[in-house]
Amino acid sequence: MHLMNSSSLFEQLGGADAVEAAVDRFYRKVLTDDRVSRFFDGVDMDRQRAKQKAFLTMAFGGPHNYTGKDMRDGHAHLLKMGLDDSHVDAIIELLGSTLREMGAGEDLIGQVAAIAESTRNDVLGR
Amino acid sequence: MAAIRYGDRLYELRESESVLDALLRAGVPARHSCKAGSCGSCMMRAVDGAVPAKAQTGLKDSWKARGYFLACVCHPDSDLEVAAAEDDAEVPATITSLDRLADDVLRVRLRCGAPFEFRAGQYVTLVRDCQLARSYSIASLPEEGEIELHVRRIPNGRMSGWLSTEAGAGTPVSLLGPSGECFYVPGREDQPMILVGTGTGLAPLYGIVRDALRNGHRGPIQLFHGAVRRDGLYLHDHLTRLAAAHANLEYTASVLEAPDAGDAVSGPIDQLILRRFPNLDGWRGFLCGDPALVGSLRKKLFLAGIASRDIYADAFLPSAT
Repeated sequence: MHLMNSSSLFEQLGGADAVEAAVDRFYRKVLTDDRVSRFFDGVDMDRQRAKQKAFLTMAFGGPHNYTGKDMRDGHAHLLKMGLDDSHVDAIIELLGSTLREMGAGEDLIGQVAAIAESTRNDVLGR
Repeated sequence: MAAIRYGDRLYELRESESVLDALLRAGVPARHSCKAGSCGSCMMRAVDGAVPAKAQTGLKDSWKARGYFLACVCHPDSDLEVAAAEDDAEVPATITSLDRLADDVLRVRLRCGAPFEFRAGQYVTLVRDCQLARSYSIASLPEEGEIELHVRRIPNGRMSGWLSTEAGAGTPVSLLGPSGECFYVPGREDQPMILVGTGTGLAPLYGIVRDALRNGHRGPIQLFHGAVRRDGLYLHDHLTRLAAAHANLEYTASVLEAPDAGDAVSGPIDQLILRRFPNLDGWRGFLCGDPALVGSLRKKLFLAGIASRDIYADAFLPSAT
């Protein structure tokens, strides 16, 4: 269990309801963004959405049990498809635009981006 | 404090303890993962008692209607009887009639020998001679007294071949289930709905449409049936009449092979739908039949604006044996 000290961030963003409201919006962006959509092709949508929801919960500072190893294992097959820093940049950008559309302030968006940023090396297997 | 009945035992909840934690504390090997109401691993079903709304946050309406909840965030105020999510019933049944709806589609009607609760659009597993099992969607409503299935005749199919040539009125079988979340949930009766089925993927949709109408659904209902050839539109006349009798129901038939279309529209059904309905924000969608089409259409409808929790999809996978 990865304990976050930023539960107040989660509350400020609106908690589980905010995650629920964000996940479809974020997932649509991911599926239609030419930079990253190919990594999500041919994947079971229910499972994919559950993963997106878990990811957003974590990035929003909410309760989760992601470990660095999960991040590594979960993305290893994507590295073979060419996953690199530019794709992590794109995901963090899409996360920010999702939150902006939902009316979150730049300060909170920055905090979410920082949490997402902290997974970069695990995601990229470094 | 509230208590949980699970199996044949009672589990007392401690202060601020979740259903999951109470079961785990008592040594029940309940499946779970995130313990934060996110991953869905710990989903259970309430058989009796009131489930707090918080324990159903984010679940589809059809799951909520069947009492599913997330045990890790469930803190009930009163006693609750729960079951594992996958517990199925098996009941004896008798075939009451078999008739041909098209060259390769059979309508099978069955009567159950024991109470069997289901919703139109769910699926059952039909079991022959206690061993051969195949799943089919339910086209009938519970109050109609019989269960109606549409069975496509598969070349050398062991169940469909047997139903076509050997089974008859009076033949005993058994039914497992029901399963599936593809059904109409009353409420939001002004919400527009789109239902798309290919082949016998029409069966559950036929049940769902009639269930919606019977429940007084007022929003527009767009029913699409796709077939490769014109003779695959096996309820064409019946659905044309049904649509004529209900102002909010529109039926569109689509045939892939153009020279054969007759009074149906020709061409790929997904393109037809997206041309007519480029914006589906706020709709409820049901997709049944061919797995490739269900998969791609699901994504397209989601991108056209349907919330993922409002999309009910049932891909008909071919049997492996």
